[in-house]
Amino acid sequence: MNQFQYVRPVEQASAVKAFVKDANTQFIAGGTNLIDLMKMGVVKPDKLVDINRLPLKDIKKTVTGIHIGALALNSQVAENSLILQHHPVLALALNAGATQQLRNMATVGGNMLQRTRCGYFFDTNMPCNKREPGSGCGAIDGVNRMHAIFGASESCIAVHPSDMCVALAALDATVTVLGLKGERRIPFADFHRLPGDHPEHDNTLQKGELILGIDIPDAPATKNVAYLKVRDRTSYAFALVSVAAVLNIEGGIIKSARLAMGGVAHKPWRLQNAEASLIGKQATVDNFKQAAQIAMQGAKAYKYNQFKLKLGPNTIVQALKTAAGVA
Amino acid sequence: MEKQLKKSVIGEPMDRVDGRLKVTGAATYSAEYNIPNLSYAVLVSGTIASGTITGIDTAAAERAPGVLTVITHLNASQLVGYQASTIAANGKPNYRVFGGDKIFFNGQPVAIVVADTFERATYAASLVKTSYQKDEHKTSLEDNLVNAISPSRGKDYQRGIVDAYKTAPVKVEETYMLPTEVHNPMELHNTTAFWDGDKVIVYTKSQGVKATQQSIMNTFKLTEDKVQVNSRFVGGAFGSALRTWPHEIATVMAAKKVGRPVKLLLTREQQFTMVGYRPKTIQKIGLGATADGQLVGITHESYSQSSVYEEFTEGSNNVSRFLYASPNVTTRYKIIPLNVGAPAPMRGPGEATGAYAIESALDELSYKLNMDPIALRLKNYSENDPERNLPYSSKYLKECYSLGSEKIGWSNRSQTPGAVKEGDWLVGYGIGCGVFGAHRGRATAKIKISADGTINIQCATADIGPGTATSMVLIASDALGIPTNKITFELGNSAFPQAGQQGGSSTVSSVGSAVHDVSLALKKKLMELSGKTENDVSPGSYTDILKQQNLPYLEITQGSQGGDEGSKYSMYSFSAHFCKVHVHAITGQVKVVKAVAAVDAGTIINHKTASSQMIGGVVGGIGMALTEEVLFDDRYGRYINGNFADYHVPVHADVPDVDVIFIDKPDPVLNPMGTKGIGEISIIGFAPAIANAVYNATGKRVREMPITPDKLI
Ligand SMILES: Cc1cc2nc3c(=O)[nH]c(=O)nc-3n(C[C@H](O)[C@H](O)[C@H](O)COP(=O)(O)OP(=O)(O)OC[C@H]3O[C@@H](n4cnc5c(N)ncnc54)[C@H](O)[C@@H]3O)c2cc1C
Ligand code: SF4
Repeated sequence: MNQFQYVRPVEQASAVKAFVKDANTQFIAGGTNLIDLMKMGVVKPDKLVDINRLPLKDIKKTVTGIHIGALALNSQVAENSLILQHHPVLALALNAGATQQLRNMATVGGNMLQRTRCGYFFDTNMPCNKREPGSGCGAIDGVNRMHAIFGASESCIAVHPSDMCVALAALDATVTVLGLKGERRIPFADFHRLPGDHPEHDNTLQKGELILGIDIPDAPATKNVAYLKVRDRTSYAFALVSVAAVLNIEGGIIKSARLAMGGVAHKPWRLQNAEASLIGKQATVDNFKQAAQIAMQGAKAYKYNQFKLKLGPNTIVQALKTAAGVA
Repeated sequence: MEKQLKKSVIGEPMDRVDGRLKVTGAATYSAEYNIPNLSYAVLVSGTIASGTITGIDTAAAERAPGVLTVITHLNASQLVGYQASTIAANGKPNYRVFGGDKIFFNGQPVAIVVADTFERATYAASLVKTSYQKDEHKTSLEDNLVNAISPSRGKDYQRGIVDAYKTAPVKVEETYMLPTEVHNPMELHNTTAFWDGDKVIVYTKSQGVKATQQSIMNTFKLTEDKVQVNSRFVGGAFGSALRTWPHEIATVMAAKKVGRPVKLLLTREQQFTMVGYRPKTIQKIGLGATADGQLVGITHESYSQSSVYEEFTEGSNNVSRFLYASPNVTTRYKIIPLNVGAPAPMRGPGEATGAYAIESALDELSYKLNMDPIALRLKNYSENDPERNLPYSSKYLKECYSLGSEKIGWSNRSQTPGAVKEGDWLVGYGIGCGVFGAHRGRATAKIKISADGTINIQCATADIGPGTATSMVLIASDALGIPTNKITFELGNSAFPQAGQQGGSSTVSSVGSAVHDVSLALKKKLMELSGKTENDVSPGSYTDILKQQNLPYLEITQGSQGGDEGSKYSMYSFSAHFCKVHVHAITGQVKVVKAVAAVDAGTIINHKTASSQMIGGVVGGIGMALTEEVLFDDRYGRYINGNFADYHVPVHADVPDVDVIFIDKPDPVLNPMGTKGIGEISIIGFAPAIANAVYNATGKRVREMPITPDKLI
């Protein structure tokens, strides 16, 4: 780990200013991702702006939904009664991630900005376009079992590792950020980006912008929800594939459906076509299978992640079954 | 005088004597000796798999704040007493730390940086710049099978007709792959060393302080009195601390150079490359049987990964030679030298690998024969050891089968795979057997009775977790008739009397015998002094004898070893592992929902710690079957998941309740306590029990561990 400056502002405006002045600056929240990356030499900041003293921890009801501050802890959100009541799928997703110890440190903002777990990205002796643009992608012809099947590019086939973000994508959340020019709001679907030719950018945040929080609009459905994460061990492992499903079923008919997948793309992968195919249909396994098939259109696998082409739809079907309570 | 009825304490579920120290954090592990003026070392890992160091620039590191020294192959030989080379006298590769410019594997240490704080040492280590001339490397076992060689230690075996299985009416011929697994004890490997004049004092993670002492003596050409090694508490090792590693030598070297105490702690990532692992092994099994399930022949071939600079071999084929009564057995053993660090024994070494293959193949045979897998095992039960033509000293494996199968609910198993469902989950049952040699080595113990009636025993053995001191206290208490709370046992100090390393499930047998014998010797001596017989003196009045004789204490040191029983008997511990699994029909997730380990390990000294040890082995078996695997990118010859987030050891949620059943009948031959050993058989055979249960649940036979969801959908 290199030597760095460390500041701990108490106001958002000074946090943003402290960031932008210096070249290689990083915000630090829970530190559960950033410190690991610093230890491995993947990130070498000259300056850390510790944002933990900023007043961004609230989880509260608003006129249009629920607001969650960027510094609310993953465990606080997962246990919060408003969240459990209005958006149980978010609690399910959070609890499927990491461990209780990590969730007690990890923040909502940090979770959104956690970097990929691609092994080549973490090893500074390997090529990786995301870590070092132009050095090549180690994974594309390498060990790519954990990698993307949707939206990848020749430059990068990494996946975004977050569980929480899969639920937030399904819930149509909005992100509020603060930069030197003021606040702006980003729809969650536009927050993370696909790698294209610039895998070094995980998201659409501008340099120095601080996440203030997220807003989740009221959703009609809270009963028929599921978050299913398939992984290599029962807990404390990243998703091979995960699915968030939020259904509104009335009289056996699906009135609305929101579906998103994790572990398959550079961003949480919303399944709009599959959702559309379910509207007005009965909640049956056959209909779920059809939706899963639609969801997989355009998927492309690499040498070691072919299984995701099958595990993906299977997980969608199983998540829909669980959400709908269909055996 | 009323004669006291002696009630044996052997077997009592006694709490660990050091349990309180451990749970309160008061137990001092070797990395926790914060000696005054301590400095901190960090190793720099090499980044290529094969080649030559052409330059190593340490200037920036040496200039960094707080740095005391940087040692590389360029200056290591200037240290007094350290002579090493990366080329042996016969011209072959020879890996000695900083011994030369040759690189044999990725992660090989190329420098050690010492500074006044850990953080400064870490930073300075990142400034060391190494350049290399890369050679072509070989890291893939599969791609290099053509380079397989027979190791110098003969490992092939033949009984009866060669490959006789081929002629049998019912045959299984399959290949099984077990990937590289890394020990990954909770406690990282670490060493603290300081020189007091010409004497070096070392605190290190070791499974045998005497062996570590010997290595340091040899390396630095020192006499025994100049090397003191301590390893009182060890936070797990699983075989990874059975040898003295380069990082230990490097720390001793660095302490000499800086003239201060030096502490080195490997990183978790370095644990993957510097302290051994269970070698990846491809095994080909041929089984042949008659239609009614009598084995005609077994052929077991192993192809195991080794390093280019050192041969590592293990007993993967052993199990196949004697566990079943086949008239014809062929085993072949080959190693493939690769650009990887040398493997090391890992819990149930070799046998765990071999049992995975043979117990899986036997299961496959049972389905071909449409025969219950337990019935098949009973049909081929070996009453005597067919390999050595000797009787077993004791064998209660049949009892293990029957008690274990009852406990798991074997009668609920269907012989047809995929026939039982509980909700969305497919249900399967499996069995796998474990066997491991029961050994007794030489050991010496010193006993001391003090005027207050307390007993202290010392021996240079280790405790890597099984609760050695606790068992020794029970053995001494039983032999002396003195309550356990009056007895202390000390270990992990090279100044204590000799004991072998803690490995091969032999500590209770070897050290326990020494403790037993020295306790009896003390009793005898006391009787001699008092002129009375054992019947006339109660253990409570031993102190009176000391008083009468005007002795402040009495001390005896005595060695103990077995006789020629090894040439008359075949001595093994046995286990039968059972499990019930759930496999999700759609997502392929596997859950072990119940596990039973039925064990013939002779007398059990302490049921509590012995059960814990069995449970630990079962967890290791779950890892082997379901989660653990090192992934290599052969293009770069580097691990890509060499860290604790991506290399998956089982977590609590992966582990069901484990029922442990001990037969608990004494072995009449091996040692005075009647014990055998449990450390290895706890894991040997558990992984195939899971693989077999998964087949029973799904009809899918996964022959490449671990069984992750992708392999079942
Ligand atoms: C071993 C391990 C296993 C894990 N398993 C899972 C898992 O299964 N599922 C899962 O979803 N996650 C998992 N995680 C990841 C975990 O969720 C993240 O590490 C965590 O959410 C990051 O939050 P943090 O507050 O600690 O972020 P930090 O490490 O402090 O920061 C991460 C990044 O976010 C930036 N940042 C933080 N807050 C803000 C803000 N308000 N505005 C702008 N930038 C900000 C930082 O500059 C940094 O770049 C795991 C992590 C580990 C170490
Ligand atoms: S997939 Fe992306 S993160 Fe991984 S090596 Fe390629 S460029 Fe780097």
